[in-house]
Amino acid sequence: MTAVSPPSRRASAFFFRKPRLRLTILLSAPLLWLGLAYLGALAALFITAFWSTDVFTGQVVTDWSFDNFVTLFSDSVYRTITLRTVGIAALVTVVDAVIAFPMAFAMAKLASPRAQRILVIAVMTPLWASYLVKAYAWRTLLSGNGAINWLLDPFGLSGPGYGVAATVITLSYLWLPYMILPIYAGLERLPDSLVDASGDLGAKSFRTFRSVILPLTFPAIVAGSIFTFSLSLGDYIAVKIVGGTSQMLGNVVYDNIGAANNLPFAATVATVPVVIMLVYLAVVRRTGALDNL
Amino acid sequence: MKNRKTLLVGLCGVSLLLAACGTASNSSSSGSAPGAQGFTPPKLSALTALGQPEGQLNVLAWPGYAENGSNDPKVNWVTPFEQETGCKVNVKPFGTSDEAVTLMKTGGYDVVSASGDASLRLVASGDVEPVNTALVPNYNDVYPFLKNKSWNSVNNVAYGIPHGWGANVLTWRTDKVNPAPTSWSSMFDPNSPYKGKIIAYDSPIYIADAALYLMAHQPDLGIKNPYALDDKQFNAAVDLLKKQRPQVEEYWADYLKEAQSLKSGDGTIGTAWQVTVNLAKSEGAPLQSTVPSEGATGWSDTWMVATKSQHKTCAYKWMDYIISPKVNAQVAEYFGEAPANSKACAEFTDKSLCDTYHANDAAYAAKIQYWTTPIPQCLDGRTDVKCKDYGDWTRAWTEIKG
Repeated sequence: MTAVSPPSRRASAFFFRKPRLRLTILLSAPLLWLGLAYLGALAALFITAFWSTDVFTGQVVTDWSFDNFVTLFSDSVYRTITLRTVGIAALVTVVDAVIAFPMAFAMAKLASPRAQRILVIAVMTPLWASYLVKAYAWRTLLSGNGAINWLLDPFGLSGPGYGVAATVITLSYLWLPYMILPIYAGLERLPDSLVDASGDLGAKSFRTFRSVILPLTFPAIVAGSIFTFSLSLGDYIAVKIVGGTSQMLGNVVYDNIGAANNLPFAATVATVPVVIMLVYLAVVRRTGALDNL
Repeated sequence: MKNRKTLLVGLCGVSLLLAACGTASNSSSSGSAPGAQGFTPPKLSALTALGQPEGQLNVLAWPGYAENGSNDPKVNWVTPFEQETGCKVNVKPFGTSDEAVTLMKTGGYDVVSASGDASLRLVASGDVEPVNTALVPNYNDVYPFLKNKSWNSVNNVAYGIPHGWGANVLTWRTDKVNPAPTSWSSMFDPNSPYKGKIIAYDSPIYIADAALYLMAHQPDLGIKNPYALDDKQFNAAVDLLKKQRPQVEEYWADYLKEAQSLKSGDGTIGTAWQVTVNLAKSEGAPLQSTVPSEGATGWSDTWMVATKSQHKTCAYKWMDYIISPKVNAQVAEYFGEAPANSKACAEFTDKSLCDTYHANDAAYAAKIQYWTTPIPQCLDGRTDVKCKDYGDWTRAWTEIKG
């Protein structure tokens, strides 16, 4: 022990005495990031949505108007695309939940601790490969003379070809890990003793699943659905690769920026998924799913 | 438990980032827009003299126009240019004219190979400046019928150097399509035997292809120019495309995606560039292509200099180099189009190609309906009606795709 304490110790002693200051400094960086980079960008987006573009030169004209929103609501094509997008996102979420639950259950409750670790890594591995490679792999698989048709051919069946079905399959594949991991975490937290107790009280396995496991892990499933739903809602690449002629909200945004160079209208369209997600989050907040994130 | 928490927090962070990337927008806007009615280009002057090459050049080009050996080691005319001038070339290929216009607005490019549907938009917004053709010696050998056209000049001021031209051809798999088609009906007829196997171009400008078809098949609509469509004509073209949509296998904006579709046989007939046909053929796809009886839309491309370019000497050197007889021939032969330089034909390795592409046939060149930007003033000279502008075309295109 020296008489003069080092500066680091003095600093920590200072912050120990001033908890509020400590908190402010600790939180300022993440809050700045959230406030400026994230909310700021969203705010800028929302403002842009009220502007318009000179169609010929592509310059943004900063006159305030609701024209973009009027077009968005009055043109039936945008309604169709929104419904298609929400439909695809919902279907992807359901498919992922149905596939992920048994996988997560096996990982959390049946596998040995060593196997658990390996399985978690196995579930994560697809996340390490490029999105584009995986989407193009599905394009090859779903092609008219691809592997899926080759497998189905002996049974007199044929694959879905390119279209909405192919998009759902590809997106379900891409987002599956985002569903498995939250459910796995939820099941891990579910005490085995509850399952045992249910059995001791005479419940058959399905009854145990319905009355004990499902209610307790439901928030985890909803947590997973937030990932799969929002990621599908904003996607435009998979549908461009395997979607045939169909388009999603993301494509309208992309086409308005890339093709029409109409940033304001793209911003207007981009507010749609934001609003849908806010509504969705408000609904699922009550399930306690957000505590599971 | 703790590890899993960290993992989930990580996942959460990643997806938040994704979401931010997906929705963040840069609300850049500058200056007042020149009136879209008629149009007066911003006052800009051309370069008066070349200086020292700046050592760098950022090229925005159609795929196949600026090959540096990365697609095919045998095809490389960028490296000789770099060695000759010391300008290091960065190439960014684009898929549609709209993409090129958007990319030019970022200010990161020095030269662009603009087609007619992009060039006037670039001129009007001040993204490109007039060129001093005296600084491009090879300009003297460019076919006169390509100079000072409505898409590369304004009031007789040249805004670029002609590069080459060609038609959007009809292509088909010879093993699946019989007999060989001679008309666009095979793509537009509701009873086409190739239902579900048709590939169409993914850009609003494709509406002109439908208008071109209607010119021949519904003469009572009175379409004179597929880029000058009044309400009635425009709606007819849009309707035709809406009827075509269920028959379309997919829309392409990426020529590699189209080549793959033709190769795998998912698409058997479609609209294409000759370069796509050549590429898929070289990889074993049995393809044939033609300009059908109705004629075709096409492109006439121009190299233009960005107003904000920091590398103008390199840019001029590039424009002179790319239309020099030998290089112009290389590009034209690789891409499958007619060269702009009248001396290029002598440099072709396959001498018959110049006849195939009608390189020095001004009459044939006049028959192609070159891409051009639709504006409210009817381009065919009518003054009693208002024509649909490109904004209308874009909105209709979203509607057609549904």
